[in-house]
This record gives sequence, C-alpha cells and structure tokens, in this order.
Amino acid sequence: MAIAAEAVAEATFVEHSRGFRSRWYRTPSFVTGVSILGLIVLAAILAPVIAMHNPTDQDLLHTLAGPSWSHLLGTDDLGRDVWARLVYGARTDLQIAFLAVLFPFAIGTTIGLLSGYYGRWVDTIANWFVNVVVAFPFYVLIIALVFALGSGTRNIYIAITIVGWVSYTRIVRGEVLVAKRRDYVLAARSAGLSDPRILGRHLLPNVITQAIVFACSDIVLDILAIVTLGYLGLGVQRPRPDWGTMIADGQTYLTTHWMLSTIPGIAVVITALGLSLLADGLADLLRPE
Amino acid sequence: MTEPLLRVEDLRVEFRLSSGRVVAVDGASFEVGRGEALGLVGESGSGKTMALRALVGLLPRTARVTAGSIEYEGVDLLRASEDARRRLRGRSIAMIFQEPMTALNPVMRVGQQIAEVPRVVLGVGRRRADERALELMRLVGIPDPVRRAQAYPHELSGGMRQRVMIAIALAADPQLVLCDEPTTALDVTIQDQILQLLRALREEFGLSVVFVSHDLAVIAQTCRRIAVMYAGQVVETGSVEEVFREPRHPYTLGLLRSVPDFELVRERLSAIPGTPPDPAAPPSGCRFHPRCAFSRHDCTGGLFPLQPLGGGRATACIHHEDCAEDARREPVLARA
Repeated sequence: MAIAAEAVAEATFVEHSRGFRSRWYRTPSFVTGVSILGLIVLAAILAPVIAMHNPTDQDLLHTLAGPSWSHLLGTDDLGRDVWARLVYGARTDLQIAFLAVLFPFAIGTTIGLLSGYYGRWVDTIANWFVNVVVAFPFYVLIIALVFALGSGTRNIYIAITIVGWVSYTRIVRGEVLVAKRRDYVLAARSAGLSDPRILGRHLLPNVITQAIVFACSDIVLDILAIVTLGYLGLGVQRPRPDWGTMIADGQTYLTTHWMLSTIPGIAVVITALGLSLLADGLADLLRPE
Repeated sequence: MTEPLLRVEDLRVEFRLSSGRVVAVDGASFEVGRGEALGLVGESGSGKTMALRALVGLLPRTARVTAGSIEYEGVDLLRASEDARRRLRGRSIAMIFQEPMTALNPVMRVGQQIAEVPRVVLGVGRRRADERALELMRLVGIPDPVRRAQAYPHELSGGMRQRVMIAIALAADPQLVLCDEPTTALDVTIQDQILQLLRALREEFGLSVVFVSHDLAVIAQTCRRIAVMYAGQVVETGSVEEVFREPRHPYTLGLLRSVPDFELVRERLSAIPGTPPDPAAPPSGCRFHPRCAFSRHDCTGGLFPLQPLGGGRATACIHHEDCAEDARREPVLARA
C-alpha cells in the first residue's frame, strides 16, 4: 500500500524530469546552431554535387568575373569558380577543425581525470605542463609550432593538440575535484570497484559535459587558427581549397573585387556563429538540474 | 563465545590538518558476531562515521589509522595490502550510505549500477548480472523492477533510491553490512519500511550489521547490541535491552532522557547541558565530565578505558553505580 503510494508520487515526478530529449527543441540557440551547422556540413558533404565546377580548374579566359548563372559567385584571379572553392573549402576546414579538436579533447580529458582523481605528484606534474603552455599566447604558440614543424595538415593537428589539451585538462580536473568528493564515488569504492572503473564509468560521464560544451567553442577557435595559418601561408597548401588561402589570395584585389576575400570571411563568421550557438544551447541543456 | 566476525580494538583515527592533529576516533573497541547487529550511537562528530569508514579502508585523504587493530575473520585488515582490502569490499564488507541521492551515480541507470557489482566484483557474465540485478530489486521490494531498472536515480523517490542502495550493497553477497545512518534522510513512514526490510534481509541471509545512527529508536528497532560513542571513544557497550533499562554511563543516560517517549510522561525533555567537546582539544580525564551531573574531582584526570561489568557489558564511567541508581529511581523508558 505504502509502496503503491510511493510509486504514484514517483510516476508524476518522472513526467516532468525527462531531460534532453523533450527539451532540446525548446532551446532556441541549440536549434539555430544545429540548423546553421547542419547546412554547412551538408554543403561540405554534397560539395561534388552542388559545386558544378571543379575547385582547382583554371579558366584563364574568364578571370575575376562577376556572378553569373554558370559562376554563382564569380571567378577568382585564375578563373576558378568561387562557389566551388567555397564549398570544397568548407570540406577541408571543417574536417581539419573536427579532427584537430578530437585529439586535445581526448588527451586533455584523460590527463584532467587522472590529475584530479589522484592528486599529489600526478597533479603537480600535470599542472606544471599546463602552466608552461598557458604562459604563451595561443596564436603565437600555434604559429611558432607550425613554423618549426613545417606547414601541412598533419603538423596543424600536432600543433593544435600540443596547445589545446590544457583547456580540457583544466576543465575536467576542476570538475573531478568536485565530483570525487561526492558519495557515489565512495559508494563505488566501498562496493569493491577498481580505480580505472570508477574513473571511466562513474566520474567520466559526470564530468564530460563541460568538456563537450567547451569543445564546440574550441572548434571555432581551431577554424580561426586554421584560416589564420592558411592566410599566413603556413596552413593548407595550394591548390587544395581553404578559406584562409582564399582570403589571402583575394587580398590583392580588395579594392577592385572585394567579394573575393569577403565571401570566405563571411563563411568563417557564419560557421563560428553556428558553433557558438550550439555550444550555448548545449550548455543550457546539459546543465544539471 | 565463538570468534566474532569483526573485532575492533583500540582503533585510533587521526586527521592531519594544517592546524595540527585532530583525533576523530580515540581508542574505540567493539565486536560484531556472526549474524549479529551492533548499533553505534553518538552525536554528530563523535567519530562513528569515521570508525565505519576505517573499517572499509576508505578514510578521507587527510585521515589515518594511527593505532589499534581491525580483525575480520581473524585477519588484521590494517596489515593487509590495499589489494587484499579492495577484494574484501563488496564481497565481504559492504556499505549503505545516508543520502541515497548523492550515493548513487546520477548519470547511470540504476539497473546498471546494481548489475555492475556482480559483473565486476564477482566476474559474472553481462546477461547473468542483469538477471541478478532484477532479482535483487525484487528482493529489496522495488515494484516493477524491469521498468525501474531503466530509471535514473533522480527519477526515483527517496525510499526507492535507498532500496537501490541496499540492492547494490547486497549484490556481491557480503557477510557484513555497514549502515551509515541509512534512514536519516527519509521520512518516518519510509524509514520504518526500510528498517523492516533491513531486518528481514539480515534474518534471511544471516548478515552481520553495524548500524550507525544518532537515533536511539532506530537502534532499538534494529539491533541487539549497542556501543555508545562520545568524543571519539566508546563509553558504554551492552545489550540494547540492558543499556536502555539501566544505563551505566551518564552520557547514555542523558541521551535516553532526551528522547521523547509517549508512554512515559515527563514534565519536560531534559537535554544534555553544554556542547560536544572540540576534537582538537578534548577535556582531560573523562571527556564527558564538564557536562556530567555525576562528575567528581577524580573525573578530571587520568585515563578512562572501558571496564567490563560482566554479561557482555562495559562502561568507561568510574561512578557508574550512581548513574544506574539514578536510572532506577526515575526509569528512562516505560517499556524497558
């Protein structure tokens, strides 16, 4: 009887508490962010279908042409189709940005978990490395590393990983310091579970949300870094299309053909906006009640 | 008497803080026989929770066991390796916590949390562990376990969550269950159900139980024997019945007198005067003497170890006769 009453009280409670699945569409920033990003990702995936031209095909008879039915956004100084370069550039830049965020995310989260949970010398050493990296400005360090390692996508991954992991470590470490004092960690230990299991199955799912939210804004940072490197000639190598190189190449014609640099610039801004909105929405949705 | 399952002797737990050492448990001794339930009573800060955590080897990082022995089945746990102690956890000694909301992982389905213990600790296969989880949920009285197994802790009521905690504690078939105020966070009707459940489970599986509580009524309902703790020390032990009828330590007497009793009309509830001592600077002599109505000049210095009185009773009070006489003059409980 008492159990039945308890069950009823619980059933009404459960109705109100279904989290993510029933709330995501009521969070405007999340919906807008996902839509913008969805369109860009779709364009990148469907690039061969919607581009209509090969992004590297030169047409020296029609250089610097304005928008027309065959070239929606005109052509650049070598007669290459700007629209085709834009969507193929999205392919390159998004791919690099997503991959470049993956390694620091995984490495930083692992180090943060270990240093937060074990403390003592593990924490001291991790903190020392974090402080060394944090002491340098982000771009200076990235550019210096890519310069030292040589340009190219593989070295971009390496440079961003070396610099990027510290943010994840700091976020996750802080969360672990709070979470490990909670009783469920003590309960898991008293049930005889091992440290790796407590870290992986109990702490990680509880601390990962902040890192995921940060990863979304970190992708923005990485896209900007890649574009900046491309602009400086240290990033993606020609003729592979990339927004940064497009901006750099269009610069020469800024006074006569401003669209050449502006269009990829706008693409960067819209992508960054989409990711920021997504991060914002996720932070709202994943915030513990 | 046969060999007890657990024997704690002169247990001393110290915190090392930047401000100095604080002794949380100071020479506590108690025993738990097979199938026996021991109640550990005391105010907050009397060291009962720390004593419990020392038993499973899960003290906070700043705390250390500095003296004494904890023998489980004749093996001194304090000398055992960390690995050996971990193997005992869950399989031999399990723990139930006070606040089931914070003691369950908020982002893991409860069915998984229960199944995890047999799967990891006992090495049972995944499907078998899931079946075991449902079996345990049925055992602790969770209705509709198949559906409830899919719930997250925040979707369950307090009573249901505590049942889940109990299921987790029992998942690896322990012999000794340590309960740290398992009903304090629940309302009274649910509290009663959980206590009945614990008693039924204890009888069914012959479990030994250490039950920590500040609530004498809860102890009376669940335990045969009682150990009263004050300022990190065990000051009186004995059977619940005898200790309640004729307390032989003024602190126990004070505790009993401060409990409302519907059958015994008192003019007013008498509270124990004063406040519990600062654990960083406990009073000399008997730690209770500044608050004690029976204290004399010989209470203020020296050591006050537990003195056996026969019949399984012991007290740390040297004037326990006065105390017992006072209890006889004015009974503390109508039923006892």
